[in-house]
Amino acid sequence: MIMSLSIDEIRKIASLARLKLNNEEEKRYAETISAVLDYMKILNEVDTIGVEPTFQVTGLEDVYREDIAENSGRQAKILAVMPEVENGELVVPEVFEE
Amino acid sequence: MNLNELTIKEATEGLKNKKFTSVELTKACLDRIKKRNSEINAFITVADEGALREAKAADEMIASGKAGALTGVPFSVKDAICTEGVRSTGSAKILDNYLPPHEATVIRKIRAGGGVLVGKNNCDAFGHGASNENSMYGPVRNPRDLSKVAGGSSGGSAAAVADDMCIYSIAEDTGGSIRQPASFCGVVGLRPSYGRNSRYGIMPMASSLDTVGPITKTVEDAALVMNAIAGQDKMDATTVPEPVPDYLKALGGNLKGVRIGLPKEYFDAPGIESEVKARTLEVVEKLKKLGCLITEVSLPHTKYSIAAYYIIVPCEDSSNLGRLDGVRYGVRAKAACLDDLYAESRERGFPEEVKRRILIGTYALSAGYYDAYYKKAQQVRTLIRRDFDEVFKKVDALITPTSPFTAFGIGEKIDDPLLMYLADVMVGPAALAGMPALSVPAGEDKNNLPIGVQVIGSRLAEGKVLKIGQFIAI
Repeated sequence: MIMSLSIDEIRKIASLARLKLNNEEEKRYAETISAVLDYMKILNEVDTIGVEPTFQVTGLEDVYREDIAENSGRQAKILAVMPEVENGELVVPEVFEE
Repeated sequence: MNLNELTIKEATEGLKNKKFTSVELTKACLDRIKKRNSEINAFITVADEGALREAKAADEMIASGKAGALTGVPFSVKDAICTEGVRSTGSAKILDNYLPPHEATVIRKIRAGGGVLVGKNNCDAFGHGASNENSMYGPVRNPRDLSKVAGGSSGGSAAAVADDMCIYSIAEDTGGSIRQPASFCGVVGLRPSYGRNSRYGIMPMASSLDTVGPITKTVEDAALVMNAIAGQDKMDATTVPEPVPDYLKALGGNLKGVRIGLPKEYFDAPGIESEVKARTLEVVEKLKKLGCLITEVSLPHTKYSIAAYYIIVPCEDSSNLGRLDGVRYGVRAKAACLDDLYAESRERGFPEEVKRRILIGTYALSAGYYDAYYKKAQQVRTLIRRDFDEVFKKVDALITPTSPFTAFGIGEKIDDPLLMYLADVMVGPAALAGMPALSVPAGEDKNNLPIGVQVIGSRLAEGKVLKIGQFIAI
């Protein structure tokens, strides 16, 4: 495990996470996150060879329900929370640059 | 006694016997909110008009003999839980304008049964925190001492119940967010077993840990609410099919022969306040006198739980919060291209701690680090679960403090995220294991700040946990 994050690494992670940070934030996150990751070192004391990870605790597997289309009757409410709507459709900025 | 100070049980009895109406009861709560919220900041949104409309409808239900267990009783809801048509921000500005088109299943059950929603409670944004200081709508102040935090993340819910602004509240607990604020504010808070209550309609934080449960004035009230909200939901495939028992019937009787374990790692935890430990041991003495068999037990992986928790949670957080990007709902930043739209909406809409968790999670899940962090933490989680499974072969329940300390000062820990994370030391492990756990008020420290005692049970043993909790509270 790497225990200390550089400003460059913070920038890389922020860009992966679609977060825009200013210089002060980059510095603060590098410091605080490095301290947190350093604390995580404690897990290296634990022998986990051959231990199955716990991804869920209920033991449920393959929970199915019938795939039936239903009209929720909520279309107007869903459109109402959209930031920009035109002719009943969501508007977003251009995805492809010319 | 003012109407807003009643418990659920007292309120429903009064409504049934026509001593007062739901409109009168609701007005009493709304008046209290009006009087106190500017100081406490427990509510982000107050649903005055809607609440009075729902109260009128509830009075009609009662008059026509159709009243259920929660009909006409005013309640509040943590803002990270979606309420149809009532603004739900999750305490983050990215959802400042969000009126959910859907409703969380647990809330739908309560409102369909005539529950009266008085408003939405401030919390740490998306549940990220242990002090309610990570809200973009300001911190919640502890009703007992306004210079102290209310706890987190469901600080607004706990403060609202403690200050009689509502009769009860529905909140969410990922790793202590119901229990720790309940403890800090001197009220009852139940984290149910993972899978017992539907998560549909709650803003997801860590999907493998999130639970929804009640914050109430009494243990009996918590049982009443659980009766109304528990159960399998086709909208949440992780809800379990086991039948829901009648939690009220689980209460009462006696505790003769009930085996109680005291996990030594909790009583020896670093930083535990002597008064908290002493008060918890007094509660144990009381249980012993009531016929409980007390034994010391060990949960040897306790000391690794915070590290495991604060890897698993940010990983799931960062993934879940990807949906908040300003595109389909919420507040969209003006931007020329899509990448800037994402980045600027998220930058303005999230508080510092939310961004920190997204960064930690993104880092831990990124190529090359997955095995060292996420997988390792989930393996340690297995060992933590096994610790609990082992002790529950020997005892029926565990008693611990809910928090190593009573409510701390506003601003005291906020600049040191690691210190804040460590506040979860007694509430995190049961959450990782998926166990039910209850915080019950058990007196005060010398500064008049509430101390909470935690009862942890085995999976789906909510009834047993509530029963023991009621004896502690009496």
